[in-house]
Amino acid sequence: MVGQAPRDATGGEATSSVTGDPPISLYSSHRPRLRGRAGASASAISTVVVVGAIALVLSSKSAGPFRNGFLDLHQMWLALVGDPSKGIVSVGKGFFLNVWLSLLCEGLVLVLALGVATLRLTRGPVLLPFRGLAIAYTDFARGVPVILVMLWIGFGVPSLNLGSVSSQSPVVYAGFVLVFSYTAYVSEVYRAGILSVPQAQVQAARSLGLSSRTTLRRVVLPQAVRNVLPALLNDFASLQKDTAIVSTLGVAEAVHSAQIAGGVEFNYSGFTMASILFLLVTIPLTRYTDHVMARDRTRRLANAAT
Amino acid sequence: MTRVPGAPIVLRTTAVRKSFGDLEVLQGIDLAIAAHEVVCLIGSSGSGKSTFLRCCNLLERIDSGTIELFGHDLAHERIDENQVRRHIGMVFQSFNLFPHLSVLDNVTLGPRRVLGEERRGAERRALELLARIGLADKAAEYPDRLSGGQQQRVAIVRSLAMEPRLLLLDEITSALDPELVSEVLELVGELAHQGMTMLIATHEMGFAREVADSVCFLEGGSIVESGPPERIFEDPTEPATRRFLQRIIAAGRL
Ligand SMILES: Nc1ncnc2c1ncn2[C@@H]1O[C@H](COP(=O)(O)OP(=O)(O)O)[C@@H](O)[C@H]1O
Ligand SMILES: [Mg+2]
Repeated sequence: MVGQAPRDATGGEATSSVTGDPPISLYSSHRPRLRGRAGASASAISTVVVVGAIALVLSSKSAGPFRNGFLDLHQMWLALVGDPSKGIVSVGKGFFLNVWLSLLCEGLVLVLALGVATLRLTRGPVLLPFRGLAIAYTDFARGVPVILVMLWIGFGVPSLNLGSVSSQSPVVYAGFVLVFSYTAYVSEVYRAGILSVPQAQVQAARSLGLSSRTTLRRVVLPQAVRNVLPALLNDFASLQKDTAIVSTLGVAEAVHSAQIAGGVEFNYSGFTMASILFLLVTIPLTRYTDHVMARDRTRRLANAAT
Repeated sequence: MTRVPGAPIVLRTTAVRKSFGDLEVLQGIDLAIAAHEVVCLIGSSGSGKSTFLRCCNLLERIDSGTIELFGHDLAHERIDENQVRRHIGMVFQSFNLFPHLSVLDNVTLGPRRVLGEERRGAERRALELLARIGLADKAAEYPDRLSGGQQQRVAIVRSLAMEPRLLLLDEITSALDPELVSEVLELVGELAHQGMTMLIATHEMGFAREVADSVCFLEGGSIVESGPPERIFEDPTEPATRRFLQRIIAAGRL
């Protein structure tokens, strides 16, 4: 039978007459998968069909209102650059605020979350109340909707008449709230990462005479961060998107600007524009995250093989 | 390698006891190692060898008894455990190299962060040590690119870079493929020859017989019998030691 096609797909003739064992089947009853050139042209054809179908639906007459309301190129451009004479603020300029706010917050979050995570992992009786506080804080900040905290702080604090604390720009409150919420999430990511480093690594480091601080900094954290890098990048992508919640405080970031444009022009293509801007940042970020995860998996598989 | 008359006692333990919960793992261990001496701990798995080694460099706290390093009681309140550990090297069964650091950085981490050496000097010394074990060309590699035997030899060199006064080796060949065991044991043999003071937990009886000045047989957390290797392996007096050695011979490991 070597090199020969089986006479039927069930391989029924492979019965062993000597032992009387039941026949076995090694062949798929399905048609073989298309490979190589045949596969390429098959996927080209199906792509053309799908893209054509989408184009057909969008260009159909009944999709007209959708096209006009959401995909109007002129309106998208108008929203992107803004028009002061009509009271339309630029979505592009607003998005700039989303970007720098997310970068600034991410930087603070990465540092503060590390503090919270290490505090939760310390032992020793003196720090017990602080550990309790850290736990209470992470439970609270992760258990309450970000938008609630945003409204609470953003409108509540200015109403308290606390002098300079109550008279900050809404962007400051917004940044505070984002850092407050995301520090809790990221501290849990760090904590999981630290716990994922084997205790044997700590013992090897301590056996060299390294202090617990140096061990944390030089041995545990580098491995911990590497283990949770995909999760950190995910949280950064979420933070980037959640800067949109700042719009609830009336800050003219991308989403609020798009809302204004929509209100003035009765056309919502500005939201499409804002989505495109967000996607321009988040898609590369999530692709990079996928790449990091795939790289980690191959590395782990390679290690497991040795 | 051989007992030097009048050599100072490096490590002395007296009536060391240690429990994990209800289980008393060490039931009064008395042991003394003089400078340049090699002591091997043998005994079946679970007899307390690892726990005892880990007590010696303060990875575990003892419940009672004393451990003295060069006459200093390690239980003294002003003892700094990091100072103790910089003088005691420890090598583990599972190598425990730092996977995120190159071989060179693994070796220089201690000298730089504990001894405060400059990077250049630490690296020069590390390369010399790596050259001695024939791995200087692997300095830039990461541990996962090395064979088990190479990793374990790097782990030994990582300890040696701290210029320890005492080396604790915990079954350092037990995780190795059989064909890689000899390269590691040869290195340990050389260290013994150069006068390194070592306390070695091992299942390699042939090796223990060759390098040890004294062999201690542990069972159930006590030293049942100890003495020069010739006597322990050829003429053990305790029935428990005989039973253990018979099992080892039956398993083809002596
Ligand atoms: N951290 C620990 N907690 C609880 N039991 C332990 C711990 N470490 C060791 N033991 C127990 O102590 C006994 C001695 O273990 P160990 O010192 O590792 O023996 P050996 O190295 O001779 O095999 C074993 O029964 C083991 O299960
Ligand atoms: Mg052990």
